[in-house]
Amino acid sequence: MRRRLATERKVLTAKLSAKDLTLIRGERCLFQQLEFALDAGELLLLQGRNGSGKTSLLRAIAGLLSLESGEVHWNDVPVLSQRQEFHGAMVWLAHRTGLKGDLTPAENLHFEATLRPQSKTEIAAIYERLGIARLKRLPLRSLSAGQQRRVALARMLMADVPLWLMDEPFTNLDSDGRKLVIELTEEHLASGGLCVLAAHQEVDINATVKRVKL
Amino acid sequence: MGADIPAQPGILAGLVAITRRDLLLAWKRPGDVLNPLFFFAMVCTLFPLAIGPSPAELMFSGPGVLWVAALLASLLSLNSLFLSDHEDGSLDQWLTSPQPLPVLAIGKTLAHWLISGLPLVLISPLLAMTYRMPAGVILVLIFTLFLGTICLSLLGSIGAALTVGLHRGTALLSLLILPLAMPVLLLGANTVSLAAGNEAYATGIWALAAYAIAALSLAPYATAAALRISNE
Repeated sequence: MRRRLATERKVLTAKLSAKDLTLIRGERCLFQQLEFALDAGELLLLQGRNGSGKTSLLRAIAGLLSLESGEVHWNDVPVLSQRQEFHGAMVWLAHRTGLKGDLTPAENLHFEATLRPQSKTEIAAIYERLGIARLKRLPLRSLSAGQQRRVALARMLMADVPLWLMDEPFTNLDSDGRKLVIELTEEHLASGGLCVLAAHQEVDINATVKRVKL
Repeated sequence: MGADIPAQPGILAGLVAITRRDLLLAWKRPGDVLNPLFFFAMVCTLFPLAIGPSPAELMFSGPGVLWVAALLASLLSLNSLFLSDHEDGSLDQWLTSPQPLPVLAIGKTLAHWLISGLPLVLISPLLAMTYRMPAGVILVLIFTLFLGTICLSLLGSIGAALTVGLHRGTALLSLLILPLAMPVLLLGANTVSLAAGNEAYATGIWALAAYAIAALSLAPYATAAALRISNE
């Protein structure tokens, strides 16, 4: 009973915020004094042209890049002082999928499952939903770029975490795939999740959307 | 969100999984495993041909040649330790997972040692025979190489982590690692020489074991810190 309450509280208070973020790469200032606050069920849309720093901001939120100034907070605690807890609450869909071409999707995902808390959803149902069920025994490098991206999406669905960070999730996907990403994001937000999504195009989604222009 | 807190994967699970994954990858690409092994075997078999068949000379140079070849073979395979994981984004995934990074680093290093260190140890008795080493000395050689390759894999993981962001960091990697690897080479080769000369050699083995334990306890943290810096 105690465990159940703890989960509910975690979901209710899930909150990602940042203040005064400044990032300088080389000679260029990518953004300065950037701030945002994101509550459960909300989507943060990062928009900007190529090279405007969308990926860098996502990497900074994930704790992969150190910022010139400012801090990202998860549940009002700086991310860097609770790295393990924060990383246990997020999953990152990066441009580079982080999957091995020599291994099959099933082998890749079997490994990924040991990295994060896993959802109770049957893995077979996730394969079915993403349309990769019949591909799971083929080497990943023999799949198309869009199919590989669907496998990366499977990793995201498998993880039972409130925060999704997505870097250009629509790349290489067909129109069904794009619709699917929108649907999955809507479901995730409706169940109390949070989403940070970087995209150069407009995203038509049925949820509370906050925007950051870079 | 489910009603229950999902079981957080254990620390040991992460270590086992990453080791298993790397072994699986090596199994699918056997060339990467065989390269350092071929190098080791080639250097060790060419030397006797070059210095001639005199048993005294072979016994004198054997320990040194075998140890230098093992050291260089280890260096040869180090460059690729984190490279492909950096390029395909796996490293980003580990850095953003709740699994402690030093544990993942141990898993990677363990897999690396199983793939490129252990085969050297296993093949060394065969090569030692071409240097007319007696059975007792071969045992000492196996033991020192066993400890030595563990040290080299652990030291190498620090260097590989530091140079992973640089393109063509091979030369730099060797420069970084060699000073740290020197004691291993000196201890290893001298211990085998002492054993061949019927002298007391136990001290060398203890020193190597101490070095291995120190490396095992410190290297994973250094590797983890280096990975964080070079993956920015």
